[in-house]
Amino acid sequence: MYDLIIVGAGPAGITAAVYAARKRMQLLVISKDIGGQAAWSGDIENYTGYQFISGPELAAKFEEHMRQYNIALKENESVNGIRKTQNVITVTTEKGSYECRSLIIASGKRTRELNVPGEKEYKNKGLTYCATCDGPLFADKDVAVIGGGNSALDAALQLVNIASKVYMVNNVSVLGGDAIMREKLEVNLKVTIFNDSRVKAILGDKMVKALRINTAQGEKELAVQGVFVEVGLIPNSEFAKDLDKNKLGEIRINPQNETNIPGTNSKMLKKKIIKIGNKGIEAIAIKLLTKTFVLLRGSKGYIMCGYLNLKVAQKFQDAAAKIVGVASIEDALKAQIHSCTPQAKKIGIKPGQPVKDALRIIA
Amino acid sequence: MAQVKVYSTPTCPWCIRVKQFLTENNISFEDYDVGTDQAKAEEMIQKSGQMGVPVVDIDGTIIVGFDKEKIKATLGL
Repeated sequence: MYDLIIVGAGPAGITAAVYAARKRMQLLVISKDIGGQAAWSGDIENYTGYQFISGPELAAKFEEHMRQYNIALKENESVNGIRKTQNVITVTTEKGSYECRSLIIASGKRTRELNVPGEKEYKNKGLTYCATCDGPLFADKDVAVIGGGNSALDAALQLVNIASKVYMVNNVSVLGGDAIMREKLEVNLKVTIFNDSRVKAILGDKMVKALRINTAQGEKELAVQGVFVEVGLIPNSEFAKDLDKNKLGEIRINPQNETNIPGTNSKMLKKKIIKIGNKGIEAIAIKLLTKTFVLLRGSKGYIMCGYLNLKVAQKFQDAAAKIVGVASIEDALKAQIHSCTPQAKKIGIKPGQPVKDALRIIA
Repeated sequence: MAQVKVYSTPTCPWCIRVKQFLTENNISFEDYDVGTDQAKAEEMIQKSGQMGVPVVDIDGTIIVGFDKEKIKATLGL
């Protein structure tokens, strides 16, 4: 039995593995591939410490770091189920089953498909989901990138150095993603952007020949030999059947990254966040086992409210202030500060103060 | 000794892995960069009927992608 199993060997899974190995935990990493989405990225310019590194290079560095430690790794294995009985979590794959006391799910996301006629027929026949891998095959050809977020911008920026023409087909009125990437594309003469446009079909014979799109000016057919689909991602969470998920299939977790089943943590960060009246303040309602508590968070700190045991409260040592005896957002807003940290006192929060006043300070 | 050809691009993670796997198993192979070698790109498309990389040709058996089990079985590893 392992102390810990980590599902996924992308940046999150590898980081967790390195931390666990340094604590001398008995651990196993199970993953279909190594490097996750980082390995499929083109140029990475926002990973602190590297002004520029390519995705495959960064993924190789992650792997090299992990292999410094004697970590058991099952590569090319996909998890298809997890089950918890008493204190044992059983992880099953198509090749076997493994037991552990705790589990980290860092299985990441995968490319969303377009779901249009021609997509299945022309997959790998001109239609691809990875510009990093297949881009070089489209030298001096005309291609289209479908999507308007960072992944689409990244794909287009790789392709302008390879292809002779790059169309971007974006289904909203302006491109999204980072301005620094957008600006590079908008001035590139090889690039034509179709906003407010949707793909209707992928056309061809043996290979892709054209793309039919609906634009604000009507239907158009673009002669292209390559179609790069970058329309977002869906979580790899199907195997986690017993865990609470949102409507997107993302696993719900609390601020300690715990799922609804104790012992199963997820690296996907999602909480129930409710915007409340005060500008810049978020109220986060968290259900931990049977108890609900509330975090009121501003840019300068947060206030923890609710009935909590000592162990949970210790995790919030850095809270600006605390109030007790509160179990809903409405109650929290009516309450008074119970105690506060020295840092909180410095910015003007004090015991006995109405929470509404303290919120103005941390906003 | 099987004749092994790998059609790849320098940036594709699965291409890197397939080559690592062959090297670790002491299998010598010819590596063609289909991003720069147009003739080899055509050859790969002809052989595999598709454009995804990597493509491994082991004595005429064509394997698309890094299919470790199939590569092992074909090479008798």
